[in-house]
Amino acid sequence: MRFKGYKVGVVIFPGSNCDAETIRLFKYLEMDVKKLWHKDPAPELDMYVLPGGFSYGDYMRAGALATYSPIMRDIKKYAEDGRKVLGICNGFQILCEAGILPGTLTRNDSNKFYCGWMMFRNGNMDHYYLPLANKDGKYISDREVNIAYKYAYMVDSSYVEIAGVYNDKGNVLGMMPHPERAFEKHHSSDDGVKVIDNFINL
Amino acid sequence: MLTPNELDIVKTRLGREPSKTELAIFDAMWSEHCSYKSSKIHLKHLYNYNQKVLHGPGENAGVIDFGDGDKIAFKIESHNHPSYIEPYQGAATGAGGIIRDIFTMGFRPIALTNELFFGDPTDRQNKRIIEGVNDGLSDYGNCVGIPTLQSKTTFAECYAHNPLVNALCVGWTNGRVFTNTPNKLGDVYYVGAKTGRDGIGGAIMASETFGDDTDKRPTVQVGDPYMEKLLIEASLELFATGKVIAAQDMGAAGITSSSTEIALRGGMGMIIDLDGVPLRQPMEPWEILLSESQERMLFVVNKKAGKDVLGIFRKWDLDCQKIGELVEGDSFVVRQHGNEYCNIPLSALEPLELNRETAFRSTNYNKEHKEYEYDYIRPRRQYDTDVMGNTVMGIHNEVGVVKLPTSNKGVAIATASFPHLCYYNIEEGTLHSITSLLEKYRRLGITPMAMTNCLNFGNPEVHTVMGDFKKCIQTMSDAAKYWDIPVVSGNVSFYNETSGKNIMPTPVIGMLGLVEDVYAF
Repeated sequence: MRFKGYKVGVVIFPGSNCDAETIRLFKYLEMDVKKLWHKDPAPELDMYVLPGGFSYGDYMRAGALATYSPIMRDIKKYAEDGRKVLGICNGFQILCEAGILPGTLTRNDSNKFYCGWMMFRNGNMDHYYLPLANKDGKYISDREVNIAYKYAYMVDSSYVEIAGVYNDKGNVLGMMPHPERAFEKHHSSDDGVKVIDNFINL
Repeated sequence: MLTPNELDIVKTRLGREPSKTELAIFDAMWSEHCSYKSSKIHLKHLYNYNQKVLHGPGENAGVIDFGDGDKIAFKIESHNHPSYIEPYQGAATGAGGIIRDIFTMGFRPIALTNELFFGDPTDRQNKRIIEGVNDGLSDYGNCVGIPTLQSKTTFAECYAHNPLVNALCVGWTNGRVFTNTPNKLGDVYYVGAKTGRDGIGGAIMASETFGDDTDKRPTVQVGDPYMEKLLIEASLELFATGKVIAAQDMGAAGITSSSTEIALRGGMGMIIDLDGVPLRQPMEPWEILLSESQERMLFVVNKKAGKDVLGIFRKWDLDCQKIGELVEGDSFVVRQHGNEYCNIPLSALEPLELNRETAFRSTNYNKEHKEYEYDYIRPRRQYDTDVMGNTVMGIHNEVGVVKLPTSNKGVAIATASFPHLCYYNIEEGTLHSITSLLEKYRRLGITPMAMTNCLNFGNPEVHTVMGDFKKCIQTMSDAAKYWDIPVVSGNVSFYNETSGKNIMPTPVIGMLGLVEDVYAF
């Protein structure tokens, strides 16, 4: 595999619950995966991943309290240095709350949790079939953003159809769909691998 | 509340007048909810063992051997009464309670299902309950990060004022199984959330019928799924150290039932010092003992392991305090600020067994039986069915299947209940719940392994209710024996009666199945 020797760290916040499958995904890609505890300083790696879940129970606002975890200072610094940072679902919310990505994620229009598989597309009109699971998935921003993924069809959670955004430099990606739930044989698609591939080779 | 007759038994067993704290303890421990006093005599006859069963009834959950070191624990539990009083919190804490039952034994929870019963869904009051229950269950399960594989809803008029909320949890381990039976003396640690005044008397409330007048909201607990998630991770980390002697979650009747259960099962004595219990607010000793605040556990660990325990729970920012020890002897002693509030022999707590009168009714067509139109897809979307990445068949299928984390084997889980048929003929209804599941499993090539049951019935003091109950157990036992699928865990919910009207007999069956290879079925 192309990713052999690629060093990736998965940050574990209290309340993260997609960490196990995220680690499994990167191991499947033969990467060198490290678990990073949110209270410890982050070592130098090629990519940092903030997994999905409910960090600090999503209390106050989804992702808001996690921005005060000690590790976020390092992540912010590394992001500014141009290292890759990927935020999935709750990780996306944390990146927005920390100001690493523009905009913010607000409560779905339905005011309910939404779980289901959905079609997404990027700027090249390539389609990706990935699962979605969130309660605060409505992305809004007051300025133009570098869109990574859009919903191919309207879902009740999307406002301007944005499902994932890059930062201006393109080294930070935040996305609502879960690539770590779409790569094994029993999943409905293996597009999760393509998403990671796109991001690393961007 | 204790009946005058029961109070006399307490006095004879103690040989003196019980103190206020002791009385509260007897009251909770002898409630129907904790003691199973009306049902035990019948439940004894259930077919509950074959070679695949590692732990049967009596433990927190039934444990089945799946081969190659894989073990599966599962159990279904009701949270009916609280869900009527406060739908969101009632249902949420129902999910929390059953999840705790599973990881208390050292298992990682890998799947949830639920079976719900409501009144007319077009009625405004019922809508509030339906929405609250679905929100409560889904928010809790989603936040803790366990996929919900099945959610089924049945509507009938009799559930309008007595909704039923049954939640099932499946856990997996390939390591050691921890029980609530200690084999040596040790220190008792309290871990998890702080104790508050919520849920005091919950066990007693669940053992009474509803009238129209009283507000019972303070008896409902409040759930915190974030705390539960931390508790799962911290507990599993502690189990992995191998220093745990016994563990028990604090469910109904809180510290009292968890500590006495461990001591009773080990044949040892227990000293509890309430000074150590982390409190949210100043409380009386009996309130601390009976509080049903959620997300709390009791661990008995090796004498010298204190440092490891504190280290792990501090890492996860959870409260952890030594509150007592397991000692030789037979007494249950509770102290606070140097005063002794309770000193009773544990044998005196041994619950009573009632042989309630039964009467059988003739088969009976339910004239209220109406079909309701309802959008089932919408609430099912609320449940995260893919989290953990192991789901093979999720919530939109008739059977839920998850892959085991370390092998290609899969666990199948499904529940069934046919209350309308049970009301017509309880034997036919019970049998049909089992055979309908067997049919589904056979069609999909899944091997059925074991069953769990949640027996929702009306007031056991009504003879026909008890008659239905007895027949239901008999039928279930016969069927279990015939197909060799033991009933390894379960829950009984009596007193589902509001203003003198009982629900239809509603036994819910949960069946666990083995999928040899999830890629080849």
